[in-house]
Amino acid sequence: MQYALLIYNAPGFYEALSDADIETAYAEYDALADDPRCVGATQLHPAETATSVRVVGGRTLITDGPFADTKEVLGGICLIEAADLDEALELAAGVPAVRLGGVVEVRPVVRR
Amino acid sequence: MLASLVGFLGDFDKAEEAAQEAFAIAAQRWPESGVPANPGAWLVTTARNRAIDRIRRERTLAEKIHLLPAPDAVMEEFDDTVIKDERLELIFTCCHPALALEGQVALTLRALGGLETAEIARAFLVSEETMKRRLSRAKAKIKATGIPFAVPGAHRLPERLDAVLAVIYLIYNEGYRGRVDLGVEAIHLGRVLAALMPDQPEAHGLLALMTIHHARRRARFSGEDLVLLEDQDRSLWDEDQIAEGRAVLDRALALGGRGAYVVQAAIASLQTRERIDWPQVAEMYRRLVELTGSPVVELNRAVAVAQAGDPATALRAVDRLDLDGYLYFHSTRGELLRRLSRDAEARAAYLRALELAASTPERRFLTRRLEDL
Repeated sequence: MQYALLIYNAPGFYEALSDADIETAYAEYDALADDPRCVGATQLHPAETATSVRVVGGRTLITDGPFADTKEVLGGICLIEAADLDEALELAAGVPAVRLGGVVEVRPVVRR
Repeated sequence: MLASLVGFLGDFDKAEEAAQEAFAIAAQRWPESGVPANPGAWLVTTARNRAIDRIRRERTLAEKIHLLPAPDAVMEEFDDTVIKDERLELIFTCCHPALALEGQVALTLRALGGLETAEIARAFLVSEETMKRRLSRAKAKIKATGIPFAVPGAHRLPERLDAVLAVIYLIYNEGYRGRVDLGVEAIHLGRVLAALMPDQPEAHGLLALMTIHHARRRARFSGEDLVLLEDQDRSLWDEDQIAEGRAVLDRALALGGRGAYVVQAAIASLQTRERIDWPQVAEMYRRLVELTGSPVVELNRAVAVAQAGDPATALRAVDRLDLDGYLYFHSTRGELLRRLSRDAEARAAYLRALELAASTPERRFLTRRLEDL
């Protein structure tokens, strides 16, 4: 089965890290991207760069900022292939964001 | 039977449907042709055959209209006489932490306890519709997210077993409040789990705890009123059940069990002795505080210290706790202050407890205590 790992970072987590911490985290993300079970992975620019688009009454409405007003910020997406939810959860638990105060949401991908 | 069908078909709804069909066929045939030598195996085999027939029909239909994906059930030959016991896999699927807790509880009672949806709904005081939704939400999540039908691997087992034990204990505690007999159901589940995982001390610990508590159930209430342990009529205790619980506890201890359920069972066992060894009970509560870090457990430890003859030390321990919104914090303080002859303070504590009392028996109990001052 395919699962999406939606990686949410704790706000300000990056600033709290030392250079060595950042290097470790990047190495871990690289290892995740190189894992044969990883189908694709992308890192997103910070939430300040987000622009939201809606259509209201036939008009396109463009606003600054992310759509969801949550404390955690979507920082990246990783698509994985796993045998079952337990394997997916295990991969999710190893994402650096989790130990740095963030959250990983695991969602099965719809097959077409 | 259901466990083996879910294992085979990989789908709760299909398994339930197949089981129902097999029972219907049995009801038709057995009165005429007699009950087969191994009725359980017959039912499972019949249910499997029916399910396979249905999957084949659906597959043919799907091929004809070139649209639906074919259901992927295992089609291998199976032995008609040996049915694999897959209840353990079923328990771990039902109690998977990715499911909402209320869904875990409902699914466990439905799939393992064999309770009807309506019965579970009555036990939890919700409508049958609500319970039906709860169950289908849980089943849908299992299917959509690929929650495995498997016993977790060794490195994941301890925390996943904790989740299973928590669900069974939750079911037990619902029963303890005196509605539908979920207590009996929980003990049955605990027995199944302990039999399936004979090497796990905490599984035995939980079974021992529930069994010993259950043995005292008839003495816990007088009419609607709660009766304290020291005032309970011991002739109402089920001595056989207490002995059974102690035997299970011994097994847990022999396996090296020192976890929270084993310690709680040891406390329950000590409290059913003719003369209660309160210093030992206090020591057990101390271990439980270490394991759980719970202030409510520390409150219970203090009560044991007082029973062991030292209400002043007990009161000091209680006063260190931050449990202002908790009824038993204030009623315990009241009791300790009363024993230390500080009646005015005792009265204030009982009055505060009375403010927090939600049920009539609790209020009646506290009013009696106030009058006795």
